[in-house]
Amino acid sequence: MWIRRGLLPVTMVLLFFVSFSSQAAIDAYQFDDQEKEALYKKLIKELRCTVCQNQDIGDSNAELAKDLRRKTYEMISRGEDEEFVLDYMSQRYGDFVLYRPRLNTNTLMLWIGPFIILVIALFLLIRFIRRPADEVPFTETDKAQAEKLLEREEK
Amino acid sequence: MKRYLIPLAVFIVLVVFLAIGLKLDPKHIPSPFIGKQAPQFDLPVLHNPQQRITTADLKGQVWLLNVWASWCVSCRAEHEVVKRFVAMGVAPVYGLNYKDKPEDGKAWLAALGNPYKSSLIDISGDTGIDWGVYGVPETFVIDKQGIVRYKQVGPLTDTIVDEKIIPLLREINTEAG
Repeated sequence: MWIRRGLLPVTMVLLFFVSFSSQAAIDAYQFDDQEKEALYKKLIKELRCTVCQNQDIGDSNAELAKDLRRKTYEMISRGEDEEFVLDYMSQRYGDFVLYRPRLNTNTLMLWIGPFIILVIALFLLIRFIRRPADEVPFTETDKAQAEKLLEREEK
Repeated sequence: MKRYLIPLAVFIVLVVFLAIGLKLDPKHIPSPFIGKQAPQFDLPVLHNPQQRITTADLKGQVWLLNVWASWCVSCRAEHEVVKRFVAMGVAPVYGLNYKDKPEDGKAWLAALGNPYKSSLIDISGDTGIDWGVYGVPETFVIDKQGIVRYKQVGPLTDTIVDEKIIPLLREINTEAG
C-alpha cells in the first residue's frame, strides 16, 4: 500500500512534465489572415531543424528552431510567399533544411534514382521470365539417370 | 563461376556504399557558403558598442570569424586553441558573440583571455542565421575578396588548425601573390 501512495505524487509530477513538453514548441504568433497562418504551419513542418536533425522546426525546442520559427513568422507576416521562405532557408543552411529537396543537379539522383532502379529491375525481371526454360538440353544420360532414380523409388 | 560473379559484384558495390555511409558524419552539413561571398553584417563591437564593423570593412585581408557564446560549453575548450592560433600571428580572428548578453560575454573574455581582434554583438542571433550557424562554436575563414573558404562546425582543435586552417591560409596567401 505504501508503494502506491508513494508513487502517486511521482506520477503526477511526471504527467506535469509530459503535458508541458508537448506545449513548449507552440509560440503565440498572431496572424492577420488565415492563409498566412496556414502557410506558417505548413512551412514549419517542412523545414528541418539542423541542430536536432530528425525534427522539423515546428517540433523542436532548440533555440535555433525557435529563431527560425520567428524568422518564418516575420517573413510570412510581411507577405512573402512559400518560395521566398524556402529560398531564404536553403541559401543559409543548404538543401538539407528542406524535407522535400528541390529538383536540381545535386538532387537529381535522389529524385529519379528509384525510378531508374525500378526500370532496371523490370528489365531484368522480364528477361528472366522470358528466358526459355529448356536452355539446358536433356541428354540421353540424364534420361537414363532419371529412370534409374524412378525405379529405385518404385521398389 | 560466372553466375556468382554478378551477385558478388553487387554485394561489393553495396559494401563500399555502406562503408562510405558509415564514415560520413550526419551532423556535418555542408555549408552553402563555401566559395561564395560571405554574408553581410553590420554589428556593434562588444567592447565599444558605439563602434560598428561591417563585412565591407574587413575586405582586403584574410580573416577568421569565430562564433562563440558564454553559455557554450565547448567554446571554453576551444578558446585555448583560438588563443594559440592568434599567437601564431597568421590571421586576425573576429568573434561573433552569438545570442549572448554583452555583460556575460565580456566577463567570459575577461576570465579566459581575449584573443579576438574585436567581438561583435549578435543578441538576436539574426547574423548567426545569415551565416547559417547551427552549432556553436563555428569558425569561418574568409579571404581577401570576402569569399568564405572554409567552415568548421564545432570546436577547433590543434589538429584542425595545423592540418586544415594553416595550409589553407598558406594557399590563400600564395593565390594573392
